Amino acid sequence: MAETVFFFIFAIIAVGSAVAVVTLRNPVHSVISLMVCFLQMAALFVLLRSPFLAAVQIFVYVGAVLVLFLFVIMMLDIRQASMERFVSGGHFWVIALLVVLIAEMIFIVSRSKFTNMAVATGSRLDGSVKEMGTALFTKYLLPFEVISLILLVALLGAIVLGKKELR
Amino acid sequence: MVPLSWYIILSSVLFIIGTAGVLLRRNILIVLMSVELILNSVNINLVAFSYYLQDLRGQVFSIFVITVAAAEVAVALGILIALVRNRGAINVDDIRTMKG
Repeated sequence: MAETVFFFIFAIIAVGSAVAVVTLRNPVHSVISLMVCFLQMAALFVLLRSPFLAAVQIFVYVGAVLVLFLFVIMMLDIRQASMERFVSGGHFWVIALLVVLIAEMIFIVSRSKFTNMAVATGSRLDGSVKEMGTALFTKYLLPFEVISLILLVALLGAIVLGKKELR
Repeated sequence: MVPLSWYIILSSVLFIIGTAGVLLRRNILIVLMSVELILNSVNINLVAFSYYLQDLRGQVFSIFVITVAAAEVAVALGILIALVRNRGAINVDDIRTMKG
């Protein structure tokens, strides 16, 4: 089945590049592998029949967020000290926390009732822009306005924080 | 037909990798990138449930998550630039003015 094959390709590349993000030494390499990971996620959104979200993912993450990261990395000079790989002390508690988290995830996923669910019949979504826009501007109008306010506040905050002198 | 559980497993794996990055790395830029990874793994989960339940709410929420993540990155990188300019610290362990 073509869909399964494509899912495996995208999933394996996504997990591999996510591991690369965490383990690579140079932040620029991490940004590049994060870009690969986000592109795979956009492809997975296409597999899930939501092409609008895939486009938004590429525009916002690859086009804006990662370019911002690259700008900041190249603006600050990365010294050798900041290239150190992992936290020096306190390894034990971090590893213990991660093991607890992994066990918890395995437990929850294996006991879930949703795992062998088929696609619901009835009303079909086509993931089009029209459907999304109608939902955003009628049923979810208040969250939409709140989110635009959040964007405005973030814009102001970034401008104020980026000024030469903080008062 | 890809079962829903595969998407859930993929997003949990990405979530765990992102959490490991937040907890293990000391470079603040990589910590921020790992937070982005965590938010994106949640997005995969939301969109997968949206498709399998044929319900638009998952996609709408995932748009909100993407917006909040973009705002968060803008503010966080602004704070980072102010921090580096004032005290030249990019290491998480050096930032302890507030005794965190």
